[in-house]
Amino acid sequence: MAELTYRDAVARAIAQEMDRDEDVVFLGEDVAKAGGVFKATVGLLEKFGPLRVRDTPISEQAILGAAMGAAMTGLKPIAEIMFADFIAVCYDYIANEIPKSRYMTNGQVKCPLVIRVGNGGGARFGAQHSQSVENWCMQFPGLKVVSPSSPVDVVGLLAAAVRDPDPVIFLEHKSLYATKGEVPDGEIVDMLGTAKILRSGTDCTLIALGMMVPRALAAAEQLAAEAGISCEVVDVRSLVPLDTQTILGSVARTHRVFTIEENPRVLGWGAEIVSIIADEAFYDLDGPPVRITTPHIPLPAADILEDLAIPSVSRIVETVRHSMAN
Amino acid sequence: MKATAAAANRFNEEIGDERRLALYRSQFRLREAEQRAFDLFLQNLVKGTSHLSLGQEAIAAGCAEAMEPGDLSFCTYRGHAHTLARGVSVEKVLGELMGRDNGLMRGKGGSMHLTSVEHGVMGSYAIIGAHLPIACGAAWRAQYKGHSDISVCFFGDGTTNIGAFHEALNFAVIWKLPVVFVCENNLYMEYTPISEVTAVESPAGDRASAYGLPKIVIDGNDADIVYRTMKEAFDKARSGEGPSLIECLTYRHSGHSRADPAKYRPEGELERWKLRDPLKIYRDRLKQFGIDDARIEAIEREVRREVDEATEACKVAPTTSTDILFTDVYADGGWAWRN
Repeated sequence: MAELTYRDAVARAIAQEMDRDEDVVFLGEDVAKAGGVFKATVGLLEKFGPLRVRDTPISEQAILGAAMGAAMTGLKPIAEIMFADFIAVCYDYIANEIPKSRYMTNGQVKCPLVIRVGNGGGARFGAQHSQSVENWCMQFPGLKVVSPSSPVDVVGLLAAAVRDPDPVIFLEHKSLYATKGEVPDGEIVDMLGTAKILRSGTDCTLIALGMMVPRALAAAEQLAAEAGISCEVVDVRSLVPLDTQTILGSVARTHRVFTIEENPRVLGWGAEIVSIIADEAFYDLDGPPVRITTPHIPLPAADILEDLAIPSVSRIVETVRHSMAN
Repeated sequence: MKATAAAANRFNEEIGDERRLALYRSQFRLREAEQRAFDLFLQNLVKGTSHLSLGQEAIAAGCAEAMEPGDLSFCTYRGHAHTLARGVSVEKVLGELMGRDNGLMRGKGGSMHLTSVEHGVMGSYAIIGAHLPIACGAAWRAQYKGHSDISVCFFGDGTTNIGAFHEALNFAVIWKLPVVFVCENNLYMEYTPISEVTAVESPAGDRASAYGLPKIVIDGNDADIVYRTMKEAFDKARSGEGPSLIECLTYRHSGHSRADPAKYRPEGELERWKLRDPLKIYRDRLKQFGIDDARIEAIEREVRREVDEATEACKVAPTTSTDILFTDVYADGGWAWRN
């Protein structure tokens, strides 16, 4: 057992998988010699050499296209798109090419690859380097979408993503890279499509993802101490496949539900989850589901503004207290 | 005169009777199959859209003839000819166009997405330019694994104005990938003349120097020229010397798609190009080298029989099974996105 940062967990997971399988290759902008702009891939070039760990030009379409072509013909590429916002310049591969190739070809073409992305805000980078793009990714049948909230989940879920026979978008949260957590020694492989209950509770369920998970946990702590409200905290971890059973099971126990989403309001991932709950667990509910999200605005750069926009611990606490009182 | 005859002989020896007949057979087969696809539209047996290669057969035939088994083709939505040229049966292609159970992808892809991995046809891509980087990735795999196959990527003149074209060219050159980019310049990006929307005269050829590649622009209606040019480029790619970009000048005899009567073309242009019809050029070539009419006619009979039999087989084939609506979204064979 060692304490590892979220960023070091990324490099550890990639190394674990490259050690295991020589068909695993890694490409992206500044990922090799520089070790990544977030320093999440330091040491991989030295360990695995320039044929397996490759710097690319600033050509996001070439990065994802090449990853796809390599995956279709037998490799298991890991491609990095530096900032999630840049998905917009190579969206064709995410929307039209990678997810649909298996279906359109009646199963002839296989596309096992991982797209690692620096997602989310909190770093004062402004509207084009801070977005939470979960809903850009999860709307295409054929893709899987995963987002870890802790170093141990980074290792286990990234390993599972590399081993998965389907294409996976792996959303790493930029503002979590420096956070630390205990990670067991040895090989770690988790399961996609599994949510985790991180805190048990009886009064309501807080459903969170990525950087919203530590905030949900802090809010739950505060709500218990200050208001006597017992919150269950579910880390969704995997948006596609979605572990609906864990979510519905929790709602059946607590009868109240809050989604805590960093994305702007419209069509955020929580909307899909709330719709499932409305369809399938309506009579379990003692009150309306509540979505706590970034308002439907571009993210501002100034710290005081960005902190107001993204759901904070205090906003979660206030919203839950207010809703539970009604 | 003597020099010309010597050159012609060398030309002939290099290709040879057997290969020349194969090239004719392939071009004639593409013509007949595409014409049949069009006829089946008119009978409302082919739905959706379709983009025919009528008039462009020499490129598909010449390239396929120069490829080795195991080499990979990456095609566009105008991909029937390239798919057939790699050896996929006419029945599988027409069946796919007609949404029948005997189709290449049992109707799940349609005209614009013909794919036959077992023939090295790694897909037909309907978003302009998307497959150039994908071909780079397949070539990267060959390079990394030490495999001897090359990737050949076909696209139209319009593709040279989209970003992915430029990203892929640069990427292929800096990684020295075994990929060959083949531009079929049929003079029109859909309905607009390519010359009206492009900064240079040769949409692909004049871009080559930006990536340190030689400008190669050839007569795409002469299958011998296509074959010889491609063979050289493929050999270069296979021996680790990196990519090539080749522009083939050609002309489509029909509109952009079946919805397009191509009324934007100036009067007489089609007629002038029909004088340079690749099949006419090649029939003359066969005669020039003393191949008698009986052998040509035998090939034509065999091809017509294949196309006729394929058509009849497709007409009586069951429509595709509705059971496959939900299959192969994910690798487990199904479509479940939640538990």
